[in-house]
Amino acid sequence: MIETAIAITALLTLVCSYRVVKGPTVADRAVAIDAINTNVVALGMLYAMHTENHFFVNISLMLAITGFIATAASSRYIKKGEIIK
Amino acid sequence: MIDALILLGLSFLTLGVTGLLKFSNAMNRMHATSKASTLGVGFTVLAGAVKFYPDGVYLSSVLVLIFMFMTAPTGAHMIARATYNNKETENKTLDEFLD
Repeated sequence: MIETAIAITALLTLVCSYRVVKGPTVADRAVAIDAINTNVVALGMLYAMHTENHFFVNISLMLAITGFIATAASSRYIKKGEIIK
Repeated sequence: MIDALILLGLSFLTLGVTGLLKFSNAMNRMHATSKASTLGVGFTVLAGAVKFYPDGVYLSSVLVLIFMFMTAPTGAHMIARATYNNKETENKTLDEFLD
């Protein structure tokens, strides 16, 4: 069950990259990268359940924090055209 | 219990990615992913919390749940506001929310 869930989630994450490559505007790419990050958090948690290794739960937490910073930087790039003045 | 939660989370993730691929506008895609994918991750992380329950690491799973539910709407709102205030965005019919 968990192996099938890992396979389907990895496939969904791969399919999200279509919108990153093909997206017409920068906002589409930012939204798709946010969706990829959300899927990878779920993938880390599923892998922690599959291997029963506790480290991957903390890896999911760190990915969630880093992904929020990436989303904030993307929105700042869309609005101002630059990230750091 | 764990299988039901994983199945529910997987279905919500599939709905979010389908909306990301099939909708027509950046705002519509953001609407799909920021709610459905967040709920899917919430159910998946809740399945992890149920599986790891007697061990202390289930509190980290609950922390991931709380953090995702706090930051995903905030990030979507930041991207939406930046897109709305962008100069190159066309078809702007409502101007009273512009900065």
